[in-house]
Amino acid sequence: MIEERIAPIRGSLERPFLSVTNLSVSFPTEDGLVQAVDGVSLSLERGKTLAIVGESGSGKSVTAQAIMGLVNRKAAKVSGEIWLDGQELLRLPQDEVQELMGSEIAMIFQDPMSSLHPFYRIGDQIVEAIQAHRQLGPKEARAETIEMLRHVGIPAVERRVDAYPHQLSGGMRQRVMIAMALINSPQLLIADEPTTALDVTVQAQILELISSLQDEFGTTVILITHDLGIVADVADDVAVMYGGRIVELASTTTLYDRPEMPYTLGLLSSVPRMDRKLPERLDPIRGNPPSPIKLPKGCVFQPRCDYWERVPGDACKTDRPELLESEPDHFVRCHLKIEERQQISRDVRQILAGGTQ
Amino acid sequence: MTLETSQLETPAKEVLRVTDLRTYFPVRSRGIIPRTVGAVKAVDGIDLRLNGAETLGLVGESGSGKTTAARSILMLVRPTAGKIELDGQEITSLSSRALTPIRRKAQMIFQDPYNALNPRHTVGGIISAPFKVQGVVPAGGIKNAVLELMERVGLNPEHYNRYPNEFSGGQRQRIGVARAIALRPKLIVCDEPVSALDVSIQAQILNLLRDLQREFGIAYLFVAHDLAVVRQISHRVAVMYLGKIMETASREVIYSTPLHPYTHSLLSAVPIPDPKRQAHRKTRIVLHGDLPSPIDPPSGCVFRTRCFQAQERCAVEVPPLVELAPGHHVACHFPIAVEDLPARVEVKAVAAGAAIDVTPEVEVVEARQETAPPAPNP
Repeated sequence: MIEERIAPIRGSLERPFLSVTNLSVSFPTEDGLVQAVDGVSLSLERGKTLAIVGESGSGKSVTAQAIMGLVNRKAAKVSGEIWLDGQELLRLPQDEVQELMGSEIAMIFQDPMSSLHPFYRIGDQIVEAIQAHRQLGPKEARAETIEMLRHVGIPAVERRVDAYPHQLSGGMRQRVMIAMALINSPQLLIADEPTTALDVTVQAQILELISSLQDEFGTTVILITHDLGIVADVADDVAVMYGGRIVELASTTTLYDRPEMPYTLGLLSSVPRMDRKLPERLDPIRGNPPSPIKLPKGCVFQPRCDYWERVPGDACKTDRPELLESEPDHFVRCHLKIEERQQISRDVRQILAGGTQ
Repeated sequence: MTLETSQLETPAKEVLRVTDLRTYFPVRSRGIIPRTVGAVKAVDGIDLRLNGAETLGLVGESGSGKTTAARSILMLVRPTAGKIELDGQEITSLSSRALTPIRRKAQMIFQDPYNALNPRHTVGGIISAPFKVQGVVPAGGIKNAVLELMERVGLNPEHYNRYPNEFSGGQRQRIGVARAIALRPKLIVCDEPVSALDVSIQAQILNLLRDLQREFGIAYLFVAHDLAVVRQISHRVAVMYLGKIMETASREVIYSTPLHPYTHSLLSAVPIPDPKRQAHRKTRIVLHGDLPSPIDPPSGCVFRTRCFQAQERCAVEVPPLVELAPGHHVACHFPIAVEDLPARVEVKAVAAGAAIDVTPEVEVVEARQETAPPAPNP
């Protein structure tokens, strides 16, 4: 296994709050080995927000689940290291992981309806989350629950605390999920597509809520999403994933300013944008995402890439590119020469801005 | 652009005219003898028209009634009242049997390509179904027509005998598109056709739909919640809220000079994938709260409980949909131009049943500053 460099995003010398080294997760299935995550390394400082962007099957959710300790170790092969605040999580016994979950690390899921128990009142579910980790009497726990629900913006809390999940709207349920995730003041919050099921006006509310709560509690956030728009709004750093690997990693400003990996460029040019001149046609990435059972041997993106022929000797088909530093704190996994990538990036961005049409 | 100019030269024929369409679902009381105690007014009096080779985008949040409107127009849900004329023929009074030949003219593409295809039928079987149901035998036989359709929508004709589970989401949506265009309909109702797809695939399907429109002159009623997607594909846009149309105009007008406070709120909530531009947005309108219940909608203007322009009059009088400029219809007592919007507004919703003189708590956080967005990236 090739040793990959950990990407120190902010270049600090002390050990970052969260660091993931060479994380791989694979699931043996009847059809073959599904390589869901393939050598992911990243690091994150306390209080920052990292967005992991990718399409379905890119491995973004499995990465989050591995950090959260939610990957079933009997069903999956997990390797690598996950350090959180001086503790290595993968070698920790199951009961200690259980203890961390919900107290140190919390997660918000995409679909609040299937993450809240339909039979129990929302207040009781949050009280249970408190009492699982802290010695607190029922009265105090309930008072704290009501306080937190009010904090996340649920109106008429005294009445709603005894409501069942189905009595609340989608936006309200997502607020309950957030309240439940934050009730034990976790250090790390993983939000897996927290707004995908919501309308735009409600999505804006939830994103504002997450970032204001983050400012208040100093929580570190990992935001998993396919939506490049919400990333620009809330994240400090962005990791773009494709076929189980990180293909580009940079600060949010750098990534939107000068993306280099052809996949990132392709993503940016396939999204219709409200702030740009209307293009006659969109410029999609051709083909379909790779099957995780039969990942391409070289670069995972090569079959859909427009530029692989520019690399001499079919290297993109045979050799796996490394995630290398292209400029300080900007990591790209691509065989193209740096100057060549940057030129391609400039050309694509010019077309996107409508400069050459 | 060529398409629009050619349309101007030869005015396209009207394919669909919807007049005062209402679809109510009864609410029944619990008990031994259930009684109808009210109605969910999912669609409450909308007017639409659509010409050949034209796309009308119907946008709104969940619960706005856009999907019910789409289904009512195809008579998949029987409307409570109103008139639907498809290709010049009134269809609301027809029986299910009499509707069958009409269905040839209007087809549908569904949101979820995983549930819209029968998993036990082969791709060939799925795409040939419309021919068999309608008893149409194209020249050259059904199988040839299906193979041609598969090729046209970007599927490999060799996959004729495969099953839907062997295809990715994008390819399944192509199967759905092939089935919808099989009988060369005049109208296709697309209900969120790309929202379940990955972003790199969405663009492929949007381009395909546009190409097919040019080739066959199909009119699309394009129902979606994603305003950027609707902008990409629509010629005209109608904005719905709680069963009513709030604003309708050409695409250019809706996106550059909207007048309805709800349209402003929707547009300002769309995230822009560029941190610099996002920071330089001229206006941010944050609506708190959710859509009111359609069982008990607010009196007067249905949007007034979340509206930053709301005044007493809005609770008393239903604003009619008025043509304020040619082709630009707005249902609002106090329309507001883009230039007059404050930089940031917070709107706390009031309860639907609140006294009529209660208007939402509106907090104008910052006065408007004239900041130009930064120049596009070099």
